[in-house]
Amino acid sequence: MRPAMPPCGRGAAIQLPNARLRRTFPPPLNPWPAVTLPPKPSPAAPSIAAIFLVFCRIGLLSFGGGLSGWVFREVVVLRNWVSEDEFLSGLALGQILPGTNIANLSVYIGQKLRGVAGSVAALGGLLSGPFVAVILVASLYDRFKSVPYSDAAMDGVAAAAIGLLLIIVVRGARHAGRRPAGAVALVATFVGVAVLHLSLLLVVAVVAPLSVLAAWFGGRRHA
Amino acid sequence: MRDDDALVALLAVFVPFSFASIGGGTSILAGIQHQAVDVHHWVTSREFIDMFAISRVAPGPGSMLTTLIGWHIAGWTGALVATLALFVPSSLLCYGVAYVWRRHRGKAWHTALEEGLAPVGIGLMIAGVFAIMQLAGGGALSWILAFATMALLMRWPKLHPLPLFFMGGVIAVVVRATLS
Repeated sequence: MRPAMPPCGRGAAIQLPNARLRRTFPPPLNPWPAVTLPPKPSPAAPSIAAIFLVFCRIGLLSFGGGLSGWVFREVVVLRNWVSEDEFLSGLALGQILPGTNIANLSVYIGQKLRGVAGSVAALGGLLSGPFVAVILVASLYDRFKSVPYSDAAMDGVAAAAIGLLLIIVVRGARHAGRRPAGAVALVATFVGVAVLHLSLLLVVAVVAPLSVLAAWFGGRRHA
Repeated sequence: MRDDDALVALLAVFVPFSFASIGGGTSILAGIQHQAVDVHHWVTSREFIDMFAISRVAPGPGSMLTTLIGWHIAGWTGALVATLALFVPSSLLCYGVAYVWRRHRGKAWHTALEEGLAPVGIGLMIAGVFAIMQLAGGGALSWILAFATMALLMRWPKLHPLPLFFMGGVIAVVVRATLS
């Protein structure tokens, strides 16, 4: 038992929120037996090769998107390399920073595990498989381009692939629409790029700071 | 175009896009299409839409479309240069920010950045979808296939997207063959 925490008496009164639990006597069965009392020790950092191989597998398995789901399964659920909270924070970071979300997430996890070398291994693993695969697929496509209706087939596949993107659009628009400023920023960005054909960099340079400012002041008002 | 010129041009185009791609690779689709097709004439509209489809069918991030453009104009070296140009600059930035990020989770400016940038990313993504749809030859059929795929995947998230992509191709061929 832990003498530093008396189960009852004056000592218990200064215990913070869970003090009431501690005051019961005799103490309830300890739900955390001694062997698991310390927080789960973070496993020894995996080797650079292990990081590379796991992210290589993620890259090759991820047909048609859903990469974040694969990363979560391989890195958090199966290997406990990072905690769920750390993963979610990294996911948000990957989304708000420029760059492919999944590449940013890989850099973030690699950095947590092994610093610079870990990030290089994670990003390299993630991209090396698809790098070869995408060129392989393209070579095969060039060879079979003369097949009748191959154009139509590729149009159909591309259209279905856009369906996968539309899911993100629907989820993101729903989220952005919760705040009027978010909806305005979304529409302004779309109109600037797709309707007015302004430079994408210009649109981002104007709309993004205003949108962040609106979210900043909106957030402060509610706080 | 000599190979060296091509590699420099690839760097000049894709490094800025690396920093512009807020909200993921899809957000720069429209910009890449504009640069590769209209400005530099690296690929035709037809080739670009083919490359988009290939990059979606092949495993890995959709941004591997960039790899294909590099490969198309300067072989394996071009593919490598284009890929690194798109992924390395943003990754360096991400690496630097990750330290600060972890320490300031939950603070007001952190939330404001998250909330403020998300709608911009989605707006860019919709613009990218429109750009691809205008390129695609399918017209109304493309929109129907896209929304049908979306509906199926939202109703049954466990469905594997690849068979749906395959069905999209089959349906497009059948429709095209019937109409012609």
